[in-house]
Amino acid sequence: MLGKLSWAAIPLDQPIPMIASGVVVLIILGVLAFVTLKGWVPYLWNEWITSVDHKRIGVMYIVLAVVMLIRGFADAIMMRSQQAVAFHGGGYLAPEHYNQIFSAHGTIMIFFGAMPFIIGLMNFVVPLQLGDRDVAFPTLNSVSFWLTATGALLVNISLVIGEFARTGWLPYPPLSELKYSPGVGVDYYLWAIQISGVGTLLTGVNFVTTILKLRAPGMSYLRMPMFCWTALAANLLIVAAFPILTATLAMLSLDRYLGFHFFTNEGGGNLMMFMNLIWAWGHPEVYILVLPCFGIFSEVISTFSSKPLFGYRSMVIATLFICLVSFTVWLHHFFTMGAGPDVNAVFGIATSVIAVGTGVKIYNWMFTMFGGRIRFTTPMLWSLGFMVTFVLGGMTGVLLAVPPADFVLHNSMFLVAHFHNVIIGGVLFGVLAGYTFWFPKAFGFTLDEAWGKAAFWFTLVGFYVTFVPLYVAGLLGMTRRLQHYDVAGWKPWLTWAAIGTAVTAIGVICQIVQLVVSIRNREALRDVTGDPWDGRSLEWATSSPPPAFNFAVLPNVEGEEAYWSIKQAAREQQRLRDEPEYEDLEMPRNSPTGFVCAFFATVVGFALIWHIWWLAILGLIGAYATFVMFAWRDTTEYHIPAAEVARIDRANRSARQEALTTYTGPRP
Amino acid sequence: MSAEAAAAAGSDPHKLGRGHGHGHGGATGQSVGGPAPNRIVVGYGFWLFLLSDIVMFSGFFAAYAVLAGQTAGGPSGRQVFDLNTVAIETVCLLASSFTCGLATLAVGARMKLKFYGAMATTFVFGAIFLGIELHEFAGLIAAGNGPQRSAFLSAFFCLVGCHGLHVTAGLLWLLTMMAQVFAKGFRRDVLNRMLCFSLFWHALDIIWVALFTVVYLIGVAP
Repeated sequence: MLGKLSWAAIPLDQPIPMIASGVVVLIILGVLAFVTLKGWVPYLWNEWITSVDHKRIGVMYIVLAVVMLIRGFADAIMMRSQQAVAFHGGGYLAPEHYNQIFSAHGTIMIFFGAMPFIIGLMNFVVPLQLGDRDVAFPTLNSVSFWLTATGALLVNISLVIGEFARTGWLPYPPLSELKYSPGVGVDYYLWAIQISGVGTLLTGVNFVTTILKLRAPGMSYLRMPMFCWTALAANLLIVAAFPILTATLAMLSLDRYLGFHFFTNEGGGNLMMFMNLIWAWGHPEVYILVLPCFGIFSEVISTFSSKPLFGYRSMVIATLFICLVSFTVWLHHFFTMGAGPDVNAVFGIATSVIAVGTGVKIYNWMFTMFGGRIRFTTPMLWSLGFMVTFVLGGMTGVLLAVPPADFVLHNSMFLVAHFHNVIIGGVLFGVLAGYTFWFPKAFGFTLDEAWGKAAFWFTLVGFYVTFVPLYVAGLLGMTRRLQHYDVAGWKPWLTWAAIGTAVTAIGVICQIVQLVVSIRNREALRDVTGDPWDGRSLEWATSSPPPAFNFAVLPNVEGEEAYWSIKQAAREQQRLRDEPEYEDLEMPRNSPTGFVCAFFATVVGFALIWHIWWLAILGLIGAYATFVMFAWRDTTEYHIPAAEVARIDRANRSARQEALTTYTGPRP
Repeated sequence: MSAEAAAAAGSDPHKLGRGHGHGHGGATGQSVGGPAPNRIVVGYGFWLFLLSDIVMFSGFFAAYAVLAGQTAGGPSGRQVFDLNTVAIETVCLLASSFTCGLATLAVGARMKLKFYGAMATTFVFGAIFLGIELHEFAGLIAAGNGPQRSAFLSAFFCLVGCHGLHVTAGLLWLLTMMAQVFAKGFRRDVLNRMLCFSLFWHALDIIWVALFTVVYLIGVAP
């Protein structure tokens, strides 16, 4: 009746997961009780959970991402502290538990931290920058979000019920086959990633359609802001790469569930096929994460240098070059696995060539700053920190791209330091720059600068103190994923890495304090006009937070930097454009489809993990019924009368007119 | 305006990195008229989804190509494939695509009865296809040549079975579409869904043609 599920699945004998999950459950129950007592449930249900507004969905993605980043960081603290004390078999984490922690850390950080943060920012910003009212398929967007949340939920359920994978963030066979991983850990991984992967794929479809088919009048391709270009490239990669992940994990599932022989040792299976397929997705995935961050840095650096982006067209070309070449480098993840010198040489060269595109971008950003009036705000600091850090990470990457060097460094701590160098320096700094940059647009007040700068400096210093020693440990021969070790020479470096993690933790705390302080001081930090940074693209042309319909009338784009030209004209003439003719608007109605569908997806995923077949079938029927219910709706849109549109827009216009008359030139 | 004043205004006097030197006039790409109509957007999005589906199939095709020779002492394609039944399957699927096209024409002409007739015929052809496929699978498993037998058979069952699952989902969708036309008539969103359904059904044909060639024709070749 309950498949493999029994009371033995709950690890009552292990204090760390039990205490951790107990605390989490208490917090969740506390939040639920608080929300219910305050009477906020209808508000949450109507305004957020069932919302199909791209701005709300974007915010929910980012909330999910922040929670998961903190969860993943807790794993990081445990790993660093374990290795700091695990000399000669010391340490406080059992090997089985340690293996689950590094697997969960990688899985959570990539799939449920970085990805939702990037997708959340794209959700919030892209339609605004394109001058749209929403994405192409608003309800599908909500489905995407809730499926991602389902994946995150399943991974976290594994903390309490059963176990998580011990196979690393990519479950390499034959270790991940049933014979060597008989528990449910790999199954949790497989179904969590499959379900959230469907969500991500639908996001890709949604955003490619939005960017290519729904742009404001006059917004030609070469007038799109850089963030939209990088979002387009990332979503094209999602559409082309995520199906490979789905196919690969489906094959592994068939091996585990039905005794197929795709990757097994027996029956003619070929485990190298798994490596090839998973990295044919995995390497483009790296660029899915980092390309939108390049877009964020472009926007931030241009805005705070008070200059247009230098070399816009070369930036577009470099982005699409990376997008394309990212599919031709996957083999560098396993140079050591016997493909032969010719094949290794081809992929080594391709890997080095891809750095050219990034190099073009770095120079463009430097020339954007050159001669500009630079304002050193928090987003700008993240961008500068990124440029230095990412160049270092890129150089160690080019080093690893040389096959003979890789033979020495493969699977060492040098590799671990390298990819943290590019992912923290590129992606994390990028999303935090984007978070501080667009926060006022989302909530109508800016974030506290002092705490933001403190968070930046602690994170930056913490990063270097953590990972430079890990580079050294790698060069000293330390391999990754060691639960304990006997080499005395590594110990001081691992101690430094643990200290670095503690410094980073202070950065994380500063980031949280910044949010709390900013909310308390929101009246003083209020963004009245909707353009707090003297911005250049269309998202700054509307109020903060933007109304549900984004723009009272769709903007007419007459050049690059759509909003900048409008603003300059207004400044010269000391008056705004004439008031437009307001019309009634139709906006997509809210729908619980996404939430209900994710509920059934959770049921199906959980049932499949524990082999509860009847429940899985029940869940699938429920999901089908949900879609039919959605398809049977008679009214899909709601009506906003012209008078209401006019009232909202006039309020913003008067604030802007006031700002215009007091304008005294660019801020220092 | 002096150079300093220009910099202060944040303008870009030399148009560094800009293509034609002027921000306007040379607008590349469409969208001169703003967002595309709803039907175009829906069709375009669904095409993208189908492309992603084809990428997924290409993963299974690649696995099949790698594992086709790995029979592990079990039978090879030549020993288990029967081209006659596969030919009947192919005819059924191609015929169902034709009748699906007729259903689209009936939608265009807003003729409900013809629509139901064409869709029902499509369903029957699809169901026959699926029945033959299941019969083939059952025969293989009964003879001890199930997917657990060898990597070749694993890849075969996975690739062909995945197509079969798509056909199953398509049949369910087909019935849902008929019910929806019955309940709601030829409404705008129903028309959009019908467009997507026919794209989906034809895409299954495209995949079957590739599958027929790669798996069956090459599989029985000496």
